[in-house]
Amino acid sequence: MRTAAGALRRGDAPAPALPRLRAPLVFALLLALFAGLAGRSLYLQWIDNEFLQEQGSSRYSRQIEVPAHRGMITDRAGETLAISTPVKSIWAFPSKVEATPEQMKALAGILDTTPQAITRKLEDAGDFVFIAKQVPPEVADRVAALRIKGIHDQNEYRRFYPGGETMSHILGFTGDHDVGQEGMELAQQEWLGGHAGSRRVIINRRGDVVEDVESIRAPQAGRDLALSIDSRLQYLAFRELKAAAEANRAKAGSLVMMDAKTGEILALANWPTYNPNARNRVSRERMRNRALTDTFEPGSTLKPFTIATALEAGKVRPDTVFDTMGGRMTIGPNTIHDAHAYGALTVQQIIQKSSNIGAARIALQLPAQRMWEMLSECGFGAVPKTGFPGEVGGRLRPAKSWKPIEQATIAYGHGISVNLVQLARAYSIFANDGDLKPASLLKGTGAADGRPVIKAETARAVRHMLELAVQPGGTAPKAQIAGYRVAGKTGTAHKLEGRAYAHKYVSSFVGFAPVSNPRLIVAVMLDEPSGGQHFGGEVAAPVFSSVTGAALRMLGVPPDAPLGNVILPPEGSQVQEES
Amino acid sequence: MMTRLNLLLLAMLVVCALSLVTSRHQARQRFIELEREQARAHGYEVEFGQLKLEQSTWGLPARIEKIAREQLRMQLPGAARVELVRDGGKP
Repeated sequence: MRTAAGALRRGDAPAPALPRLRAPLVFALLLALFAGLAGRSLYLQWIDNEFLQEQGSSRYSRQIEVPAHRGMITDRAGETLAISTPVKSIWAFPSKVEATPEQMKALAGILDTTPQAITRKLEDAGDFVFIAKQVPPEVADRVAALRIKGIHDQNEYRRFYPGGETMSHILGFTGDHDVGQEGMELAQQEWLGGHAGSRRVIINRRGDVVEDVESIRAPQAGRDLALSIDSRLQYLAFRELKAAAEANRAKAGSLVMMDAKTGEILALANWPTYNPNARNRVSRERMRNRALTDTFEPGSTLKPFTIATALEAGKVRPDTVFDTMGGRMTIGPNTIHDAHAYGALTVQQIIQKSSNIGAARIALQLPAQRMWEMLSECGFGAVPKTGFPGEVGGRLRPAKSWKPIEQATIAYGHGISVNLVQLARAYSIFANDGDLKPASLLKGTGAADGRPVIKAETARAVRHMLELAVQPGGTAPKAQIAGYRVAGKTGTAHKLEGRAYAHKYVSSFVGFAPVSNPRLIVAVMLDEPSGGQHFGGEVAAPVFSSVTGAALRMLGVPPDAPLGNVILPPEGSQVQEES
Repeated sequence: MMTRLNLLLLAMLVVCALSLVTSRHQARQRFIELEREQARAHGYEVEFGQLKLEQSTWGLPARIEKIAREQLRMQLPGAARVELVRDGGKP
């Protein structure tokens, strides 16, 4: 206790005697505290560092999205059919909106509405409300300049379709977030859709990006898509189809124009239609691409395939004569009819006059399996594989289940269902010396390889019969085109309602031109024309003539006939058919 | 001798440090510039899209046909008014 004694000597108050363990205890305590601190900091530094790391980096780094736009859809010439441009949507948290009446008035002015309407929107909404969807970026910037608390905007893309209603069925449309929902937009989503990228950047105090740290995901822009459609021909097809559907008060109608050499679909129009740029409250009914998603009984347009089968089988020649029994024929308990009573007709005349009985009698000479094979080879009963969403294959029952009456009716297009694209495509065997071309909605690279279905001489023989059908004495003189040789076949099929045929019709015409070297195959179909006329030769053939004639001129196809080639029979003497 | 070397090294260190600061600063400046140019490029892309849209809207066959028919009073000639000229002069 020398220190204590020293202190006493200096006269200070005597220091209290400290417990011997106090200093080590305090020392140990402090040490433990420091150890605790060090441990905690080690823990935070090395083990549980996520939270603080995140907090730290959020002060200077940001992950930002790099937008990628959706690819354009163009026609075969590169004309824009669908394009995405950026727009902004303005939204708000209603509970957080603080706006002065002046601000509200200015906002309403910019958005072309009233302050009351905006207030109502905010009051009716829950936590989140869109004040204006998809406005041009300039408008959104003016809104942002008002600096109203609680009102924000977000970037979006909007898709525009300059062609509007003329080609809405092929293109379809996109929904929210620019994702395809219908038509080619849906079918080609993978190709067209872009993938937004994201990257991490360092920002400064003012929010400017000062450094790129890393690219987390590179943005992948959508690719452009060229369709096989020619927008001028498409417009032409749509205009004529619409006029005919309205003039004949038809329920619906479709038109398909196909390149005879490549199978590319140059135009595909449907009526009724809709405007894809403003499709609020459009019924699904109007959105259907009937030419691909609906089937119908084709009627007489199927007869050439029956004849071709018989010619191939060597059962008949173009000049073989059949008795059409005065327009009535009984098969078992059923009777089939012709619209006009004829006596003996050659095979050629059966096509020209469109005799059901003639076609049925020819079919009954053939094995059912043989007919089935032919129709199946021509693509009936199978989806046409254009890649279009919802395309259907129609119905072609296996030959084993055919009764004789069915074989007879299938010969003239009843008891089988097809869609219009299938029908147009099947006619490529007559236009191409026997080759069936694949139907395509995408721009191809040139002549497509066909699949031979019938012999070239058979195709030429049927082609000649089809040419007779559009001349005076045939069923469709109104399909003739000034300056071009035309071949084709009409169809006037009764519609099946429930299990019975009603007095409603599907009028159609399928043909191609110019006959000397076919370039275009055009199929026209009008559903339930009720304007006084219902024969395919009266309703559908004129559409074929005007569309194909104008299209051939537009494409610069050299005429293969003198200009005065159109000869119409005198009024009232025209040959009609039913089926 | 040793002191001089140290001083020299110190001076070099300071120069290096300062140049690092400036180059870093310059890099950031350039980067901001790059960002701005990229934003501008994106803007042009957007504008290109809008112009493309405008072009195809003005060029719609329906509009051209309407102008041709109504303002310019054009019409398709009938078959009687068409003369066909073929290569070689043979009709």
